[in-house]
Amino acid sequence: MSTKTTDYPALPEQLVDELESLSKERKLTADEKKKAYALLAETYDKAKISPGEAIGIITAESFGEPGTQMTLNVFHFAGVSEMSVTAGLPRLIEIFDATKAPKTPQIEVYLEAKYKKNPNAIKKIAVSLKETKLEEVVKGFSINASKMRIEARLDHAKLKTFGIKGNMILANRIKVRGVFVNQTKTLIAIKPKVKTTLGELYHLKEKIKLAFVHGVKNITHVLPLKKGDEYIILTAGSNLKDILQVDGVDTMRTRSNDLYQTAKVYGIEAARQVIMEEAEKVIQNQGLDVDVRHIMLLADVMTAKGAVKGITRFGITGEKASVLARASFETPLKHLVTASLTGEIDPLNSVIENVMMNQPIPLGTGLPDLVVRMDKKKAKK
Amino acid sequence: MINHHVHKKIGQIQFGLMSPHQIKKMALAKVVTPELYDKEGYPVDGGLMDVRLGVIDPGLRCKSCGGKLKECLGHFGNIELARPVLHIKYVDTILHVLRSTCRECARVLHNEAKIKELKDSLSDNPVLLAEQLREMREISKKLKTAKKCPHCEVEQKPVKLDKPLTMVEDNQNLSPVEVRARLESVSDDDVLLLGLNPKFARPEWTVLTLLSIPPVTVRPSITLETGERSEDDLTHKLGDIVRINQRLFENINAGAPEIIVEDLWELLQYHVTTYFDNTLANVPPARHRSGQSLKTLTERIKSKEGRFRHNLAGKRVNFAARTVISPDPKIGFNEVGIPKKIAMTLTVPEMITTWNIDYLKKLIDRGPKSYPGANYIIFEDGKKRNITDETKEQLLQEVTIGCIVERHIIDGDISVFNRQPSLHRMSIMAHKVRVLPGKSFRLNPAICNPYNADFDGDEMNLHIPQTEEARSEAEVLMPVETQIITPKNGLNVIGCIEDSISGIYLLTKKLSFTREKACELLYSVGVKTPRLPQRATVTGKEVFSSVLPKNFSFVGRSSDGEARVVIKRGNLESGIIDKNSIGEDNGDLIRELYKLYGDERAITILGKLFRLGTEVLLRTGFTITTADSEISSELLDQAQEQIKKANKAVKDIIQQFEEGKLESMPGLTPEDSVEMKILEILNKVRDTIGGLVFKETDHDNPIIIMAESGAKGKKLNLTQMSACVGQQALRGKRISEGYNNRTLSHFKAGDRSPMARGFIEGGFKSGLKPHEFFFAAMTGRDSLMDTALRTPKSGYLYRRLANALQDLKVEYDNTVRDANKMIMQFSYGEDALDVAKTEGGKLNIQRILDSIKK
Repeated sequence: MSTKTTDYPALPEQLVDELESLSKERKLTADEKKKAYALLAETYDKAKISPGEAIGIITAESFGEPGTQMTLNVFHFAGVSEMSVTAGLPRLIEIFDATKAPKTPQIEVYLEAKYKKNPNAIKKIAVSLKETKLEEVVKGFSINASKMRIEARLDHAKLKTFGIKGNMILANRIKVRGVFVNQTKTLIAIKPKVKTTLGELYHLKEKIKLAFVHGVKNITHVLPLKKGDEYIILTAGSNLKDILQVDGVDTMRTRSNDLYQTAKVYGIEAARQVIMEEAEKVIQNQGLDVDVRHIMLLADVMTAKGAVKGITRFGITGEKASVLARASFETPLKHLVTASLTGEIDPLNSVIENVMMNQPIPLGTGLPDLVVRMDKKKAKK
Repeated sequence: MINHHVHKKIGQIQFGLMSPHQIKKMALAKVVTPELYDKEGYPVDGGLMDVRLGVIDPGLRCKSCGGKLKECLGHFGNIELARPVLHIKYVDTILHVLRSTCRECARVLHNEAKIKELKDSLSDNPVLLAEQLREMREISKKLKTAKKCPHCEVEQKPVKLDKPLTMVEDNQNLSPVEVRARLESVSDDDVLLLGLNPKFARPEWTVLTLLSIPPVTVRPSITLETGERSEDDLTHKLGDIVRINQRLFENINAGAPEIIVEDLWELLQYHVTTYFDNTLANVPPARHRSGQSLKTLTERIKSKEGRFRHNLAGKRVNFAARTVISPDPKIGFNEVGIPKKIAMTLTVPEMITTWNIDYLKKLIDRGPKSYPGANYIIFEDGKKRNITDETKEQLLQEVTIGCIVERHIIDGDISVFNRQPSLHRMSIMAHKVRVLPGKSFRLNPAICNPYNADFDGDEMNLHIPQTEEARSEAEVLMPVETQIITPKNGLNVIGCIEDSISGIYLLTKKLSFTREKACELLYSVGVKTPRLPQRATVTGKEVFSSVLPKNFSFVGRSSDGEARVVIKRGNLESGIIDKNSIGEDNGDLIRELYKLYGDERAITILGKLFRLGTEVLLRTGFTITTADSEISSELLDQAQEQIKKANKAVKDIIQQFEEGKLESMPGLTPEDSVEMKILEILNKVRDTIGGLVFKETDHDNPIIIMAESGAKGKKLNLTQMSACVGQQALRGKRISEGYNNRTLSHFKAGDRSPMARGFIEGGFKSGLKPHEFFFAAMTGRDSLMDTALRTPKSGYLYRRLANALQDLKVEYDNTVRDANKMIMQFSYGEDALDVAKTEGGKLNIQRILDSIKK
């Protein structure tokens, strides 16, 4: 909240700040400043939104109209082909749908002050973030038929590049059900707990190859980047919860583009911010211009109930109070059937039902509830 | 006055199931025979077209209410079903109730404590209750795994659904009779815990014993040209039901063997099921004899063409017109040219008063066939009379004050103009009528942008508001001038375009006139008192200034970002006016005018500016020929030289790459880096060639003038025409290898040279080589595909957004709330500013300070 005391408490903070800084720049006298405030208040009053304005429709239009101009190109390269990002209309749809599994999840990992300017430290952290599978740190797999076990020969050079120290760690980390894992200096032996056939052993081998040994799950690629005067790590794949546990990661600034993870880890207000930032990014990338207020409103609607809700028949539209409003959108019969069973009442207080009933809608000029009794006048005469 | 303006308003709608009792009470006829008409073609009593159910033939009267066609809305009937059948839409519910109640004592399978807890949680508020019942259903769904009834300790058997609608309990089929009996015995209190409201939906009502028959008016038959009657699909289906039902009755009464009765029962179930829904999986759809499947109740409601989206959410109107549009730069921005024929068909109702009686009588006298005339008169008793040559005389005598005359539309009437797709509110704007000869709607080309219209055959719709409320709303809220600034981003959607931009650009850049010529020019634009200096010749800048208001000051920039445009007290002191000042989307000057002088004045000034631009071009001449894109042979040689150089550079890089010597860029694979480097070189070549072209081309070249002013085209277009088209990009890359490691059979496999990857060396004028043409076609096709695929996707996104957000409104306290008054934002956009009333989303504080500190 603004701590400045002005005669115009109704003015938004940003406007007051801007006026203050500009008047300082132009060396306004106290009298002139007072005049400026009066004028600003007048201008602000004139530019204020009118009550009853159907702001939702305007927001929908503001996205719908530029939507026709966006490209469908799914991929936009951020330098490396693996690090591609969904862009354009498909990404916008992803955000508004609140898709549970976005096509290209990504995390921008910011680092704590002591690491952020040291490129070597960054690289080290980056490597330790990447999900490493067993097959990436061994020279090869073989099946020992006499001992009925799978043997993997460790590649110490590779281990070193992935920053994995201590041999036993590996054995403990292989979490595949129903096997014993033994490790010597150069060898990892995996033996099933129950007796198996050779064929099953082959299957197991394929499974073992993909066993998770190091790093953060779901992080398929990492890319250290220079952003401004510091280094950050960009990842493909998102696992916000685990990444924040890693040493050196700045938990205040690290952000993911995954709405649900953000909502879960940072809370709903953070999710709102991510919706806004991601939508803004798409629109700017396409060279379009949509006012932030529209993006803000949409993000607010999506997060108003404390959980991320998509603009789908399962999300916001599905939760409307009016049966007819839901029925007119999608799957009308389903809504009518459940409404009949629970004895639902349609209060007819939103737009579409009143259109159906041929009645004025409760927006804009349809808002005032006045009826002029024409015959009263006559009676007075 | 006869109108009392007391409207009945529907307050709320209660949903529920119909009980057999209600069905019986509502029914005015019992249908017992599948026959429809007797030998004379008169509806049979007790048939599906019974006259007690309403009438669809002119001349007949409804036996129930005595109303004629269109007076009687129809009445319901019913059929008594010989055996009960399940309602297909409630099969899930039936299964749910069977599973969650005891097979012996019919109690809910919750234990006593749980029952009490749940019962106590239920609300008295009917709105909340509906919500809670939905939860109850979810809670009691878990009961299907219960092994034993907690009340009578009887063991429970699993009930399964044998799709589509047979209930199976422990491998034993449950007949609908048994099902119904079980549902009946569940108590009202227990029904609540299953998620049903017994007041509106007893579970046994989902098993039908009576079937309601919709009125005849719901399923009218159509008479073909041959005089043959063709019945509605619903009538067909109901006929099937009645027929089988009668047979079932007869067989039961005759004591037929159980197998035959069961078969008929099953058939009845099938017919009733397809009567409700004919698109079910596992149920073969009922068909016409032609093989086309019947359209029954569900299909009537569902989908875009169904009742909801087609008839309820979208309505048809009268007093509308549609025709092709064509441009007319001479009419105002807020006018629309209307063909006389349309003007004589569409009417405006005007009430006769003492003040207009003479004028309206004159119109009546002219009749419907001469313009301007009138088509109808509505008398005070509500009777509507056609005006014809015969009735004219009599009507003229009969009209009194208070009658309403439906007169032709005339110049100045308000109309609402629209072009689909209506993507934003500027797609529907109010225009003043201007009746013109011809058969197309005319609109000023400068307002194509908000409608997204062009004149390649586009059609548009026009509506004439009929009531005083509608007219005043259109006149106050919807005129073109109120829509100059879009609420999307606060920029202007209306501005000067094409010729008028290049005209004004030339005018403010270099033209000068004799004072006489200048006055004439300005007069033709609508400036009657030009503010020109007393000199023999005046400059273009001074002519331009005459259009502006006297006290107008403005500082802006021209497109190239170099020259400053300065207007002081209505005088253009320096700078050239171009797209950046008066164009669409980013016309700073237009926004400034709008802000300072309001919508009406802004639109007139804008209209004058537009006309000034076109008039200037009319007077000075402006044209292009192919010669304007001609370049000298030396320049062509130079261009070829550049391309050769680039080819060589690319070749070197490829060689380095193939030898493995190329250093890859950070984070890139060697393949990607080589592509990046090549792309960089090729893009640079075209730019350098472009530079050479511009160096040689004259500044008076019309193509350059158009590009620089922003009227049409870019400088790139000139380069592409005259010298070099450049690299064709597909998905941000060069055209990549096809199936056999090469793009076309002209090239060797693995060829990475510019030529093989879509670099077009020549310009459009010199023509493209076959492979170049192919590459150009590839990128062209790609963008066509993109558009074709994008339109439905973004359309659906828009529909969803509009549906989700349509109830949001700004309240008097600036909060944004939905229909249930739940707060979405405490202050719209955090500062309660209307984007359409701002300048690009901001308030201009600089200007406020300017006005204070001069």
